[in-house]
Amino acid sequence: MFPSYFTFWQKMGIYGLRLVAWATLAFLMIPILVIIPLSFNAEPYFTFTQGMLSLDLDAYSLKWYQEIWNDDKWILAIKNSFYIGFWATVIATVFGTFAAIGLTKSEMPLQSAFMALLISPMIVPLIITAAGMFFFYSQLNLAGSFTGVIIAHAALGTPFVIITVNASLSGFDYSLVRASMGLGAKPVYTFFKVIMPLIRPGVISGALFAFITSFDEVVVVLFLAGPEQRTIPRQMFSGLREQINPTILAVAVLLVVVSALMLITMELLRARSEKIRTGV
Amino acid sequence: MSTEMLDNSNNILSTQEIKDSKKNQRRRKLLALFFVTPLVIFIIVSFVLPIGTMLYRSFYNPTAAKLIPQTLSALSQWDEKSNQIPNADTLITFTQELKSLAKERKAGKLAEEINRSLPGSSSLIKFSARKIAKKSDQNLAEQGDQLLLALKKDKWKNPKLWRSIKKSGAIFTDRYYLTALDLKRNSEGEIVQRETKIYLKLFWKSLKIALYITLLTIIIGYPISYYLSTAPTKTANILMVFVLLPFWTSLLVRTTSWIALLQTNGVVNSTLQSLHMITEPMDMLYNQFSTILAMTHILLPFMILPLYSVMKGIDPSYFRAALSLGGKPIPAFIRIYMPMTVPGISAGALLVFIISIGYYITPALVGGTDGQMISNIIAFHMQSSNNWELAAALGSLLLGLIIIIYWIYDRFVGISNIKLG
Repeated sequence: MFPSYFTFWQKMGIYGLRLVAWATLAFLMIPILVIIPLSFNAEPYFTFTQGMLSLDLDAYSLKWYQEIWNDDKWILAIKNSFYIGFWATVIATVFGTFAAIGLTKSEMPLQSAFMALLISPMIVPLIITAAGMFFFYSQLNLAGSFTGVIIAHAALGTPFVIITVNASLSGFDYSLVRASMGLGAKPVYTFFKVIMPLIRPGVISGALFAFITSFDEVVVVLFLAGPEQRTIPRQMFSGLREQINPTILAVAVLLVVVSALMLITMELLRARSEKIRTGV
Repeated sequence: MSTEMLDNSNNILSTQEIKDSKKNQRRRKLLALFFVTPLVIFIIVSFVLPIGTMLYRSFYNPTAAKLIPQTLSALSQWDEKSNQIPNADTLITFTQELKSLAKERKAGKLAEEINRSLPGSSSLIKFSARKIAKKSDQNLAEQGDQLLLALKKDKWKNPKLWRSIKKSGAIFTDRYYLTALDLKRNSEGEIVQRETKIYLKLFWKSLKIALYITLLTIIIGYPISYYLSTAPTKTANILMVFVLLPFWTSLLVRTTSWIALLQTNGVVNSTLQSLHMITEPMDMLYNQFSTILAMTHILLPFMILPLYSVMKGIDPSYFRAALSLGGKPIPAFIRIYMPMTVPGISAGALLVFIISIGYYITPALVGGTDGQMISNIIAFHMQSSNNWELAAALGSLLLGLIIIIYWIYDRFVGISNIKLG
């Protein structure tokens, strides 16, 4: 498997590299994989029991998953997370896509200054954003309301939409727009029938980024949301601080499933976007 | 010759056509702005203004100015260097305002404000407010000044006290920034260092933790990125899932996993115990070690992704050329290959460093007391001690630090080199 001219040390080097690489991948994956069996633990411990190690079926149970289902707090948190995430994504995607179209136009004045302004929510540490929003939104009576949290999450999500839509617009041929207009199409029609289909993968992946940003976000929720707006990460945060029990592990496993689904969608989109760009 | 050409070019387009083209140009500019404007307004209202008001709060302090407005405007006429106390009218105004404050139970607040510029004056002001509140309005209007001066053994005859009152009325203050930098003003008004350093130490510790995490992610991320970039595309795409799945997984999930792994009765301890490698469980959670370990795990994909994309773009024939020209593998790798990966390292390092320096959740959950970072103290002042102004000042300093790091990076590398995914 190695070229014959490779020396012993070169071969050892390649084996060593492979070993280190696999060790790194294990370091990345083990903490995520280890919670999956732990969440089926019949005992309220965060570790493997003797029974689990000997693969005794009685040592495993679904009771922590039932616990989620029976706990109003978790159900509310799940509903809230999807509700807030959905509206934040809609706002971020609509505003972000429009802005990205404007930003990539060569006539756009002060391009880099606008870009810096619109990307800034991604750069400023969340604790600063959260503190500032808490002061400001309280004065507007938006603290402790869904509107406040949704607006905050939409602001945090827009930079991702701008970046992904920008990337999909970078290979965009504006003569298509001129052709469409020249053939008599109205601007709105051109937007939905010519521009949109071509940048759709970028828009959707931006929307997914915006959704996951809101779905995972906890610092702003910690400061801005009242008990009515508790989301899944917020509920996990207080669970980890107050009384740790394996229900949190069960929730964590469900979240891993959600992120796996996201990842698969993203990869499919990427493949599609490459197809559009290369035209194959 | 050149004028001739200019004349010629003028003839190509008529004045009307030039006008039209300019008009068209302006129209396109407006159209581009039209697309961007909604988001710009949204971001300014929802994000920039909140942070702006927070910055403003860190040096804007109108408490005293709101409590005793008339006294302060009367004091502005008083010459504070004269070594004399203000005139009788000012004193009377002060007693009247003090009385109404005592009635509204706000005298304590004023005492606290003045006590900041003259430590030890709090009890005098509270005491005086109680006494003054018992006098009638008539009495105060006629001889409020004498009543005040008679209280507590001439203490009100000290011009220093009046200077402090005047000073506490300033609307803008550097006090919170001084506190955030472990400085204070002594009684002469000079800036001196505090005996116990709290915040500078914490800033320093946050920088140190962020630096450790950045170095660890480079050391761990470099070989795996190299391996992925040289592996066949199919293998690399499959292995990439192992990097991307953690990247997409909620940081709370990953923090939870580390708690499960590192607890006293957690997976690592019980495994080591059952293997008889240790007899007593080790304390691995709730300290700096667990903070750095969990954050390295969480931020590693932010290093691997830019490194991988840079390494993928490097032509392997350079390295092969160096080898075939007689270079030894290791020096050739260090001198030929590694310099080409610097853009990837620096982009990853910037991302990891900036994200980790302002991190809040993971230190709050696994940091214990020893792993707390600057964000945690900001949250503490926001939620527990209610010292919002100090929280704002600390936040502004953190923001300033991050902007400086960005600026340096942009100067030397360029922000546009960072790509997502």
